[in-house]
Formats: sequence, C-alpha cells, structure tokens
Amino acid sequence: MSEISVEITGLKKSFGSLDVLKGIDVTVNRGDVVCIIGPSGSGKSTLLRCVNLLEEPNDGKIVVNGVELTDQDVDIDLARTKIGMVFQSFNLFAHLNVLANLTVAQRKVLKRGEKEAQEIALRNLDRVGLKEKANSMPAQLSGGQQQRVAIARALSMDPDVMLFDEPTSALDPELVGDVLGVMRQLADEGMTMLVVTHEMQFAREVADKVIFMDGGYIVEEGPAAEVIGNPQETRTQEFLARVLDPTHHGPSDPV
Amino acid sequence: MALSKRKRAEYFRYSQYTLLVVIALVIAFLADWEQIRTAFFNFKTMGDMFPNVITIALKNTLIYTALGFAFGLALGLVLALMKLSSIAPYRWIATVYIEFFRGIPALLVFIGLAFGVPLAFQIQFDIYSTVMLALGIVGAAYMAETIRAGIQAVPKGQVEAARSLGMSQGRAMITIVIPQAFRIILPPLTNELILLTKDSSLIYIIGLARDQYELTKFGRETLSRSPSLTPILVVGLCYLIITLPLGYLSRYLERRSGGKKVSVL
Repeated sequence: MSEISVEITGLKKSFGSLDVLKGIDVTVNRGDVVCIIGPSGSGKSTLLRCVNLLEEPNDGKIVVNGVELTDQDVDIDLARTKIGMVFQSFNLFAHLNVLANLTVAQRKVLKRGEKEAQEIALRNLDRVGLKEKANSMPAQLSGGQQQRVAIARALSMDPDVMLFDEPTSALDPELVGDVLGVMRQLADEGMTMLVVTHEMQFAREVADKVIFMDGGYIVEEGPAAEVIGNPQETRTQEFLARVLDPTHHGPSDPV
Repeated sequence: MALSKRKRAEYFRYSQYTLLVVIALVIAFLADWEQIRTAFFNFKTMGDMFPNVITIALKNTLIYTALGFAFGLALGLVLALMKLSSIAPYRWIATVYIEFFRGIPALLVFIGLAFGVPLAFQIQFDIYSTVMLALGIVGAAYMAETIRAGIQAVPKGQVEAARSLGMSQGRAMITIVIPQAFRIILPPLTNELILLTKDSSLIYIIGLARDQYELTKFGRETLSRSPSLTPILVVGLCYLIITLPLGYLSRYLERRSGGKKVSVL
C-alpha cells in the first residue's frame, strides 16, 4: 500500500447556496497526525465529515487507503469500517451499555462472534483506561469517560485512520486532559489521525502537520512549530492571537 | 363594603364549597336509593355473571386487544417508516392511510371487514383475524404518527455514529434508532393500548358465539335477561381492571423518561 493514507483533491461542498468548502487539497501520510484548526464556520468540521462521507461532497476526490470514496460504485459502509470517527457530542448509543456499544458494530457489521467481539472490546476499553466501566450505561459516565468509550468503540473496528471532530469541545476543562492523553497515546502508537481541534497545545506537541482553515479555504499548512509558532499569514496570526491570548483583544470584526 | 382582593378570593372559594355541598344534599334526598340499588346492584345477577365474565369475557377482551395491538404496532411501524421515506409515493400513501383511518369511526372498519371484504374478495375471516385486522388497521393509523415522532426524536448523532461504524441505513435504523424511539414513545403507546381495549367491544357487530363474547357483548347479553343494570356495572369495572393499571403505567413511564432525557449523550 502507498505511504499516503488520506488524499483529498479539489474538495467542494455547499449547503444550499452556502459554499462551505471551496476547493480543498489535503494529504495525510500513514502514521501522521494532522490537526485542523480555524475559526468556527471555517469549514473544518465539514471537511472532516467529508472524509468518511457523512457529508456528500459536491465536487472533488477523496481517497482513503487507496479506496476512492467519491466513486459512486464504492461500498461506503465497508470503507467506513476502516475509518474511525469520534464526535464532539460522543454519540454513544444511549440504550446500550458500554460493552454493547463496543461490540454492536463488530457483530452486526464485521460479523465477529460474541466472544471475539467482547475480547476486542475489553482490550480497547483497557487502552482508554475504562475496563471497569464495561457494564455501565453511557448516562452514568462523565463526559470525559464517554468520549474515551467512544474512542474505544471506534478502535474496536480496527480502523486505519481515526477522525476526531472537536473531541474535547463539549467537555468540562478538568476532563479534557484524560481524552487528550488517550489521543496522544494513540498517536505514539502510530495511528493515522485527522483531528479538528481548538487545543493548540495538543496540536503543537502531537501534530506532524497543522492546517489552518478560514472561509472554506486552507490558508496555511505546515509543521506545527511553524503554523502555530511562527504563522506567516495575517489571518492565521489574528486567529492564533485570539485563541492563545483571548483576554487582550477587542471583539472581532464582523465578517 | 371594601373587601381586599385576597379576601374576596377567599369568600368566593367558600361559596363554591357551599354550593357543592348543597347539590350533593339535594341529590341525596331526591334520589330513590332503593330504586338505584335494585337498578345497579342486583347481587343475584352479579353472582350469576361469575366466573364467565372473567374466564370468557375478560379473557377474550384481552386476547382481542393484544392481537389488534400487535398487528397495529407492526403496521404502524411500517407506516411510520413510509412517512419518513425519501420516496415520495410512500409518504403519500402513508399520509392518505393515516388521515383516512383516523377520520372514520372504527365501527365502519369492523363492518367493512366483516361484511364488505368477504363479499368483494370471497375471503371469510375468522373472528380472531377480523378483530386483529380491524383493531390493527385503526390502531396503526394512530400509532404511525407516534412512532414517526419517536424516531425523529432520536438525536441525529446516533445515526451518524452508527453509519460511521459501517452500519447501513437500515441496520442503523433497526439496531440503534428504533429501540431508542420505542423508549421515548412508550407512554403514548400505552395510551393507545387503552383506547384499543375499549374499541375491542366493537367486534359485537359481527355476531359472536357464546365463548367468543368479550366484555361489552357479555354485559349486553346478560342485561337482556336481567331486570337491572348490574351487568353493565360489572363489565365496566372489568374494563377498569385493565385500563387503570395501564394508565398508571403510562404516567409512571412518562415521569421516568421525563426526568432523564434519552437524548444527547
């Protein structure tokens, strides 16, 4: 297989008359962590959701591990089993306990046996440090625990790529660290990750590449140290100034 | 007389209580209690009704209702999915069905099934099929809208999570959405079950054998041989034996799901 894990070319997406993505090219190498940052409304979540076709692109090509997802004949359900996704709002299945959350897709989609599915589930729960919560219901867990379960659920499908859509944005500040810790550990194990995030510290320390988006375009991309540490574009500089030092700026200009 | 607003409200309340007491006393004095007792509480008639009122009538009411509810639930689910379908004709068919059968008396459906369909299609339904189809057809019209609302009440993120794990649309619907939708709509479905329990009495229209009597038919039959309204009182109480616990259950489920939302997390 190629060294390139995700290749996006000329991606365009609009909702009605609103153009959200206006031509995006992204390449993610196998084993890399790519963080996408940018102001709200810049299209970064839409970009991520296009990678597993939760949003259908209007134009452009998306290739994940050699499979062109934008091909009309591709089995998208099969392709998605190899692309894990973690959502801002966790989206654990509310009617199933933690273990069942991790086994249901393994059994129904991958057709694994119950015993095998449970073993894999427990191993992944252990990876996120929540093995003892296997029989809890999602509502009994804290936000941070729910998000870690959601990560373990995605991992149980043995994905080649993991997509994270603002995984810590819905969490109380003191719970953010647990989730970022799990993500960092995943990155260290060599998982290919595409992360939409506002956690600049995380992006700086973990990302191999940072992409700054604004207004449906990629404004700037490169190694974390450069994009976050020494941004070249004015819009990147303004955005980072606001995010990194929020108290020393007036209200932003209307767009 | 300058009464404060609060005082006036207080006197008004007293006057209402007084009025109620006066009405109760007038009724108590004017009523012929002996007459009423013989009209409603003929203990001999009451005794004669047992045990058949339970072993035949109550049992049959339960069976008829259960059959109708089961069929109605299945058909209602199909209709709800049709209403949510991306295929427009499915939506139209479901809408027409629901509007039609919600808008006509259930009795007409019973008559149609018992007398119209056999004439038109040369099929003769037995009593269980008739009651199951008739109650189910009517119940489905009501339950379809409830089920549709329940399905739509399941957060969109649940489907997205399921799809992102590789489940197909249908698989996500069956394993993730519908189980959660039914939790949400359990209280209104219980109410529908109460309505169907009462509507099961309409089966009388097709003419029943003795061992097929349900509560209302049983009550009317006994009434024709009895000098009092006692049979009606007895079968009325039997209905309450079924419906009161269901009503309580419905309110309990409503309280429980109201406290903790099934959604979001």
